[in-house]
Amino acid sequence: MMAAQERGDSLSYPLDIARIRRDFPALAQKVHGYPLVYLDNAATTQKPLAVLDRLRTSYIEECANIHRGVYQMSERATASHEAAREKVRAFIGAARSSEIVFVRGTTEAINLVAQTYGRRFIEKGDEIVITALEHHSNIVPWQMLCQERGAVLKVAPMDENGDLILPEYEKLLGPRTKLVAFGYVSNALGTVNPAKAMVEAAHRHGAIVLVDAAQAIPHRALDVRDLDCDFLAFSGHKIYGPTGIGVLYGKQRLLEAMPPWQGGGDMIMSVTFEKTTYAPPPAKFEAGTPDITGAIGLGAALDYVQSIGMEAIERHEAELIAYAEAALTRLPGVRLIGRPKQRAGAISFMLGDIHPHDVGTIVDRRGIAIRAGHHCAQPTMKLMGVPGTARVSFALYNTTDEVDALAACLAETQKMFRS
Amino acid sequence: MSDLQDLYQEVILDHQRNPRNYARLPTANHQAEGANPLCGDHVTVYLDVKDGIIRDISFEGEGCAIAKASASMMTSVVKGKSVSEAAETFKNFHQMVTGGQDPCFDLEALGKLAAFSGVSAFPVRVKCASLAWHTLNAAIHAGENKNKEP
Repeated sequence: MMAAQERGDSLSYPLDIARIRRDFPALAQKVHGYPLVYLDNAATTQKPLAVLDRLRTSYIEECANIHRGVYQMSERATASHEAAREKVRAFIGAARSSEIVFVRGTTEAINLVAQTYGRRFIEKGDEIVITALEHHSNIVPWQMLCQERGAVLKVAPMDENGDLILPEYEKLLGPRTKLVAFGYVSNALGTVNPAKAMVEAAHRHGAIVLVDAAQAIPHRALDVRDLDCDFLAFSGHKIYGPTGIGVLYGKQRLLEAMPPWQGGGDMIMSVTFEKTTYAPPPAKFEAGTPDITGAIGLGAALDYVQSIGMEAIERHEAELIAYAEAALTRLPGVRLIGRPKQRAGAISFMLGDIHPHDVGTIVDRRGIAIRAGHHCAQPTMKLMGVPGTARVSFALYNTTDEVDALAACLAETQKMFRS
Repeated sequence: MSDLQDLYQEVILDHQRNPRNYARLPTANHQAEGANPLCGDHVTVYLDVKDGIIRDISFEGEGCAIAKASASMMTSVVKGKSVSEAAETFKNFHQMVTGGQDPCFDLEALGKLAAFSGVSAFPVRVKCASLAWHTLNAAIHAGENKNKEP
């Protein structure tokens, strides 16, 4: 893979997990007297010392505003911020760093596209296609846009395993399809969508494609030029970076054609009271003082995962997921919600008829952090016929011992409920 | 896991397995729906109130063991009570589950509802235990719907 070579990934497999865990001080804590077993990585990931140290150094040594100071410290801050942009560019295989817009997170990235590209180019009667597997953040911004523009939102269905039905998706595409937005990996079911085929199909109809990569970015190497998506969004905190920083990738010609989003400083070329000329992308979309240190921290997080290697991470997590699927399935009464052909990150399940929140509360008392509820994917839950699920989601630092601890605790929970 | 056993007492597990008064109430003249949007739990409480007395009560809904058992036990406790007695019970119940009792708080007075005292050690579950009670309160204050089918 070109992107992998460019990133200089080391294929150091198997991973030295004990060593990796020492990089994450949070993992050493006890919760309710038990060692923390953190299995809610789809919500957010723990942060390695490399990131925490970089944030600290940044605030101590280069705490200055960027893109304007003539003094050395500001120049250093600007250089670090722009170096982070370049790290993001290389990490996702973009052609130019001007295609990398820093935002608060995936949600903001999607809203930015809906409110700028969408408002400019989506017209009455146009169609926007999403899938049955979307997070609310990839539903609501499009609903708002459709309502405003008189456009129509169409939803590609999934099957009972939680896999997108590709032929049905393709049938929805047509001359009125202006935009397709889908999650690469489902946060609720762990489904990996056939992203490349979906982008290709949309492009055959001339539609623009946004890929929500929030749940893909920490789990697999991806390359925006290989995918050929028009936009891609992700959050820094789901890939071991700080909260409050995220990325919108957009093809240069689209970013240039889009109107600016928020107005303010840093996004202008020149301002008079009569007329303002906007800066070229990405500055056009980055009004005001950005999360400078957040971006620098994200850069450090990407350096960290690359020092381990995305391919090695993918292999380790695939083994963990296979192990966890087997361990869960062995427990009588466990029903996996979603059995996708290809899975990344998350496994959703029901434990007999015990409500997921009760499961979550009980395992928490053994120090095990899992997610319970609808995972901001209520339509997906409804289609699966459940009010919510218990969900475990993995990161590079999780171990099979942790899966065993979870399985033992679930068995105990069943005993307690005699379910 | 002793605080877990406090939370999931046998009587609570029994009520969640076999919820009492779990149905629509054909004679209902008040009703309200309640929900915890963040967790997706929802409940509908049906009331038959006459002259300030809760002559009959039932509920339907979906939720965790705590929410379901609390709704079930609430219906069996307030049935036959006056509206003001029910409000007073809710006040005491709420104090108990939030752990905010005043010094002269009388746990005994809550009778079997004291089974929910363990909730106060689980702050995020307080909303589960109180959902049905808030909904009861809303149903009492909802206008009477004499001829409307529930």
